[in-house]
Amino acid sequence: MNIVEMQHMTKRFGQYVANDDVSVQFQEKSIHAIIGENGAGKSTLMKMLYGFHTPDKGIIRIRGKEERISDPSRAISLGIGMVHQHFMLIPALTALENIILGDEPTRYGSVLDIRRAEEEVISLSEKYGLTLNPRHRIQNLPIGSQQRVEILKILYRKADIIIFDEPTPVLTPQEVHSFLTSLENLRAEGKTIILITHKLSEVFTVCDRLTILRQGKVVLSCEKTETTPHEVARLMTGQDLPPSPGKDTIRSEDKTVEFVNVSSRSRISPDSLKDMSFYLRRGEILGVAGVEGNGQASLIQLVLGFQHPISGRILWKGKSNIPSAIAYIPDDRIKNGMISDFTLQENLLLGRHKELEFSHRSVFQRTPVNAFSSRVLSEYDVQPGNPSLPIRNLSGGNQQKLVVGRELTKDSELVVANQPTRGLDIKAIEFVHSVLIRERNRGRSVLLISSDLAELLKLSDRIIVMYEGTITGVFDSSATTDEELGLYMTGVKRQVTS
Amino acid sequence: MIKLPRFRSPSLRNAISSLLAVIVAIAISTIIIVVVGKNPFEVYSIFLRETLGNPYGIGQVLFKATPLMFTGFAAGICFKAGLFNIGAEGQLLIGAFCTAIIGYVFAPLPPVILVPLCIIAGIIGGGLWGIIPGFIKATFGAHEVINTIMMNFIAAGVVNYLVGNVFFVPATVHTPEIGINANLPRLESFATFFHGSPVNLSIFLALGASILLQFYLSRTTFGYEIRATGLSQDASRYARIKTSRVMIWTFFLSGALSGLVGTNYVLGYKHYFELGFSEGVGFIGIAVALLARNNPIAIIVTALFFGILEYGSLTINVIIPKELANIIQAVAILSIITLTKVFDRYQIRLMEPAK
Repeated sequence: MNIVEMQHMTKRFGQYVANDDVSVQFQEKSIHAIIGENGAGKSTLMKMLYGFHTPDKGIIRIRGKEERISDPSRAISLGIGMVHQHFMLIPALTALENIILGDEPTRYGSVLDIRRAEEEVISLSEKYGLTLNPRHRIQNLPIGSQQRVEILKILYRKADIIIFDEPTPVLTPQEVHSFLTSLENLRAEGKTIILITHKLSEVFTVCDRLTILRQGKVVLSCEKTETTPHEVARLMTGQDLPPSPGKDTIRSEDKTVEFVNVSSRSRISPDSLKDMSFYLRRGEILGVAGVEGNGQASLIQLVLGFQHPISGRILWKGKSNIPSAIAYIPDDRIKNGMISDFTLQENLLLGRHKELEFSHRSVFQRTPVNAFSSRVLSEYDVQPGNPSLPIRNLSGGNQQKLVVGRELTKDSELVVANQPTRGLDIKAIEFVHSVLIRERNRGRSVLLISSDLAELLKLSDRIIVMYEGTITGVFDSSATTDEELGLYMTGVKRQVTS
Repeated sequence: MIKLPRFRSPSLRNAISSLLAVIVAIAISTIIIVVVGKNPFEVYSIFLRETLGNPYGIGQVLFKATPLMFTGFAAGICFKAGLFNIGAEGQLLIGAFCTAIIGYVFAPLPPVILVPLCIIAGIIGGGLWGIIPGFIKATFGAHEVINTIMMNFIAAGVVNYLVGNVFFVPATVHTPEIGINANLPRLESFATFFHGSPVNLSIFLALGASILLQFYLSRTTFGYEIRATGLSQDASRYARIKTSRVMIWTFFLSGALSGLVGTNYVLGYKHYFELGFSEGVGFIGIAVALLARNNPIAIIVTALFFGILEYGSLTINVIIPKELANIIQAVAILSIITLTKVFDRYQIRLMEPAK
């Protein structure tokens, strides 16, 4: 039976048609993926179902009955819940308090009945296999648990249609695994799941049906078994993806950077390094695998020179002086890699504003700055490439391309790429992958930190696995698998070092 | 290099919001005037006639607006760096005091040396007074609002002590007069239009500062670092901007700009430092900057507007008690600050329906 039917949905924003006559049916007790590139209209469609946007045209039927969903509270009363990409939780409150917020059980009229609430939440978490201690504060919970809080918040409000907006990019591989399992539990308990994603692996693991949107239109809606990942990728992007450039063999044994028994004490996070040694050669991509929080943050701070080792040495081409510029692609682009209120051009100068090419006696030189921005914007295919536009108007993928372009055009032999494709769509991911390989082939050294094992295996020449601040294994990426890496990431196995 | 897109121009949008806020502020003032039983048309006609309706009034408005320009820049540049400087009042006291003392001590020097020396004294005095809370903020993280308020108290105490006990003219609350060579000519000595009004050459100093500041913020690496620090300290750190240093330097500039207030009052008008001369211009400067969205050029315009308000509220004393005029002025400032925010939000909603 179709629990939700959306017919001929159309939504315009000014001139821009976000959804153009979109019709989709969602079957009860199924997992249905909505896939498409950034800007394909997935979120708009779901926001209409959740009452964030009112459609210009179209009919929504819930359980066979036509409904006008004017706002999210109407959606909630119809049993529709949504887990947003950015969690809406209050860090200082406990999981329980967050779950019941706005819908608190009371006795004697207005006294909070916290015990009843807790019992209810515990029974929900047991029923759906969403392991959680409701008394922990959100700020102390890992992302995966925070997501479970969001899900419980929705279940607590008795939703049976749950929309997930890009739920997995923020999760570690282990968390993704348990998240997908919980989706299956929810389905088994009779819930209907709508999953907005662009990760094909997830679609083909857990989903029953899928709908592909491209430029606001449905290009395919079918059972998972009726299609293939290759076809889905082609339909999403509207073209066959160009193959990534091949990798040349490493010709050099020159070490761009080398860590010799480095230990650190981290102020930022508990993940300090313990006696860590590795090296990175010219023309090599060195992948760093590991569950987040096992020393990667510290490693990056040390490489960038924001932190100093308490023991051991970091050698740059055999010497101890750190280069003046290092290309760094940060994991949290919005926080660390760009300034939302700055224009594209101002963002292109971020960290490069003092380069002699761009400023003379501290005054910016229009001609070279303009030439530089138009070169990077076109070379890295940033759309729209108008340098005076605020960067906040760009999609995430285009923002990332700008950051990547700015960093890779720096005069630096080392490129540190920290989760460079997190949250990007397939086309943008392919783009970032191909430029990283291109830079490697040009003889630069790339330190690639990623929680996406497939990405590490595809790009890296060698992979080091970090666990509790030290290296548990070094692998030739052509001679290992994600299962093997997983064992070293969780500390189950470690290579004996001499 | 920072070009604004012509379409949906944010600067136009800002100007519209500010203008709407001013209109509502006038409406609220009208209600207050009616409530106390006065005729608003009579009040406004006196207000307009006495401020903009005659050369003397215009001169007075310009004179009142000049210090507001300086304190407006002072608040504005700190806002650009994400800092809230409430300390302009203290910084201008110290700056103006330094100006007056240098003008007195070095009285025999020729004007071409003495006047710049007095101005520099104001810059350095105000700037150093600004550096202190900036340093405390950048180094220890103590909030600058508290630091600057405390520095205001200290500054008031320091100048009270010095004027009362060290540099004083018996039976007055002011310092000895500065040398004649330190006097900045009034505009009336060049244009009879301004006859009788104390508006003086320091207004050109303010106009020059406005242009310099605009250039500094938009076209230099220092200005870029100030704006970057103000918008995102995290991204700035990764861009290897030393945000602590930027904050301290911004506070110096801010204090220095406040310190220039002394050029208007000490060099251009009374020729001595007098206790209580500032009448809160340090605080009104915050409103001036807010209404101008911290844009140095727009600050000139909003300072003139507040200058009209300042002087105008004196002129209507004839029919409205001084206290009421003060209330109306404060209500106007408050509604402008509130309403620009409200209109901003509304306009953004109108122009950008969604992503």
